Amino acid sequence: MDFNLSEDHQLLSNTLNRFLGDNYDIEKRNEAGFTAPYHLQDMWNGLAELGVIGALVSEEKGGFGGSAEDISVVFEELGRSLCVEPMLGTLLALRVLSDHGQDERVEQIISGESRAALAVYEPNMSCDLSAMEATAVEQDGVWRLNGRKSAIYGAPGSDFVVVAAKTESGTGLFFLENPVLICAAMVDGGGVADLVMENTAAECLALDAETSLTSALDLGRIALCAEAVGAMSALQDLTVDYLKQRKQFGTTLSSFQALQHRAVNMQIEIEQCRSIVISAVGQFGQPGGERNVSMAKNLIGRAGRLMSEESIQLHGGIGMTWEYPGAHFAKRLVMIDHQLGDQNDHAMRLIATGAKQLVD
Amino acid sequence: MDLEFNETELAFRDEVRAFMRSELPEDISRKVISGNELTRDDYMRWQAILNAKGWLATTWEEEYGGPGWDAVQRHIFSEESALHGAPRMPPFGLAMMGPVLIKFGTEEQKSTLLPRILDGSDWWCQGFSEPGAGSDLASMKMRAERDGDEYVLNGQKTWTTLGQYANKIFCLVRTASEGKPQASISFLLVDLDTPGVEMRPIRLIDGGYEVNEVFFTDVRVPVENLVGNENEGWTIAKYLLTHERTNIAGVGFSIMDLERYKTLAQEIKRDGMQLSDHPIYAARAAAIEADLEALRITNLRILAETRDGSAGGVGSSMLKLKGTQVRQELQDLYRSAIGPRAATLSSGLSHNEMSVPYDAGQAAQVYFLHRKLSIFGGSNEIQRNIVAKEMFRD
Repeated sequence: MDFNLSEDHQLLSNTLNRFLGDNYDIEKRNEAGFTAPYHLQDMWNGLAELGVIGALVSEEKGGFGGSAEDISVVFEELGRSLCVEPMLGTLLALRVLSDHGQDERVEQIISGESRAALAVYEPNMSCDLSAMEATAVEQDGVWRLNGRKSAIYGAPGSDFVVVAAKTESGTGLFFLENPVLICAAMVDGGGVADLVMENTAAECLALDAETSLTSALDLGRIALCAEAVGAMSALQDLTVDYLKQRKQFGTTLSSFQALQHRAVNMQIEIEQCRSIVISAVGQFGQPGGERNVSMAKNLIGRAGRLMSEESIQLHGGIGMTWEYPGAHFAKRLVMIDHQLGDQNDHAMRLIATGAKQLVD
Repeated sequence: MDLEFNETELAFRDEVRAFMRSELPEDISRKVISGNELTRDDYMRWQAILNAKGWLATTWEEEYGGPGWDAVQRHIFSEESALHGAPRMPPFGLAMMGPVLIKFGTEEQKSTLLPRILDGSDWWCQGFSEPGAGSDLASMKMRAERDGDEYVLNGQKTWTTLGQYANKIFCLVRTASEGKPQASISFLLVDLDTPGVEMRPIRLIDGGYEVNEVFFTDVRVPVENLVGNENEGWTIAKYLLTHERTNIAGVGFSIMDLERYKTLAQEIKRDGMQLSDHPIYAARAAAIEADLEALRITNLRILAETRDGSAGGVGSSMLKLKGTQVRQELQDLYRSAIGPRAATLSSGLSHNEMSVPYDAGQAAQVYFLHRKLSIFGGSNEIQRNIVAKEMFRD
């Protein structure tokens, strides 16, 4: 039993923390996050040079990390800086590409030379891949895709998109170069896109990639949960500092018990969130490990909203302003629940996967 | 990062499991799991079994008859005890009086009193709270006037848990009238059969008897019964309360309660659905399961910090807060799940013998009794004050 980061992970965490601390701040982030292409190319290059993108893929598949713990270490730091770079979409695309022998493309992405996103979700679909409606049919030796994909994270400005679509044998994966995307900024910053496919020609990577997709999405969920923990800690620091400084009625806000107790409730939820990420990371790849991922996403969804709403309330008016960094952390923490299945979707998944034996 | 116990710890866990399976009397574990009150005899039987094994006084040093366990072993033992339905041994003698005597007692107090705790000759109860002193313990008023070789006690203690089974009580008494409230408190041991002591049961919200009030009228106690120095009782009280914190998160209890709920949910139907498939119930259970898994890890994280000597002071407060919330939430879920039958008051409710199985009626009673969790051992508001003090320290 040891809950400390290994030396390597501590180094990765410190390096990324220092890089973001030196090169990134909230103004720069907000400037980039809400105008196309919704991120900063020089930051992306910098992250690639540091090896952060490579940390998302295992060595045997061309990266230099790739474990659930590597991924959680990276995303916790990204969350602490509220980094808007398209790391989530890249993680998802990298995982399915590396699962299907796309070594060259994986290498290009890791080096920062090109960028990819994964198109899975659809307007009528959340967690459950079986609800997917987009189809892929082979006609005269060419695969043609039909349907609408949405919530393609990090797609704006990407060089290609990996698309999941139903085939006769399951959920297939298809490679689409120079996709025509409908791009938008997200409410909490960063780019997202929809993709409308009408007999769109694509290269087939796999006819049934459900296992790979589920694993990639679960790692994406772990990433989001770790990002949330980083963002929560940063937001809590801001909130506690503010309560200690702000004076009303001749005394600091931190001397009011009603406010103290709310801040304590937040702190306990952060510890709980940190614990559930440790649990999901530790169980990833084990039998039943997907339940721990869903527990994490469920708890983080609930705690994220608490952190968001309470931090705004404890700040008062200033917490409602665009200028105040806390407001952007607060938005991110609520919007994380909307990505890769929310607390309800993951409660449903927990119910569907049945009762795991707690006592062995 | 490594979430697992090491090989030695796992071997220890297996040893504890094997012991629980072979030695824990089934009639006792059935009572514990079904939420029935235990008799004095139930406790004493289990105490004797543990004592024979040398596993009774888990926090004591080996030279006094403890097993010499570290924090991880104690954690494993208490979790396995809960998971197998072993009684939670009342902490007053084993986890409070014992450690206090070991640290503050005279050689004579140690040599006479410690063995009597182990062999069950003495059942201690706690005389701290008073009607006017709950969370604000330092405002307690019970007087102890010195008269020759004796103290003369007058006053009242309350919330004395399982006092009906006890023969001795340790008390905080006021031995001076001036100075800071904390600096005029002494720690005194009293035989409950001393003339002038009267114990009266307090019937609780569930109809059961678990706590008592104790009245002291001109009770004469020899000065040798003082532990530590006169007017230094507050230090001892604070030391003792840190020993109340073992297994404070109650993860084992919650795991058992969740398992019990899941079994029930597969047995009964509601709104035409199996309860385990009922969207509202299943969603609540899923959220609790997530909270509980997080709590299990939080508990291990704080345990690892304790083992490595880097634990902050607020960990146990956080565990108490979240642990009691989860336990109370589970009781509420179970009560709801039982439905209309939860309104039935179980019959034969008496404080010595309850043979009825854990049935529909008791779900509501146990739920109400469990409201105590967020009040005792330092109310959850006090725990938030403790965490806040650390958070907002300059």
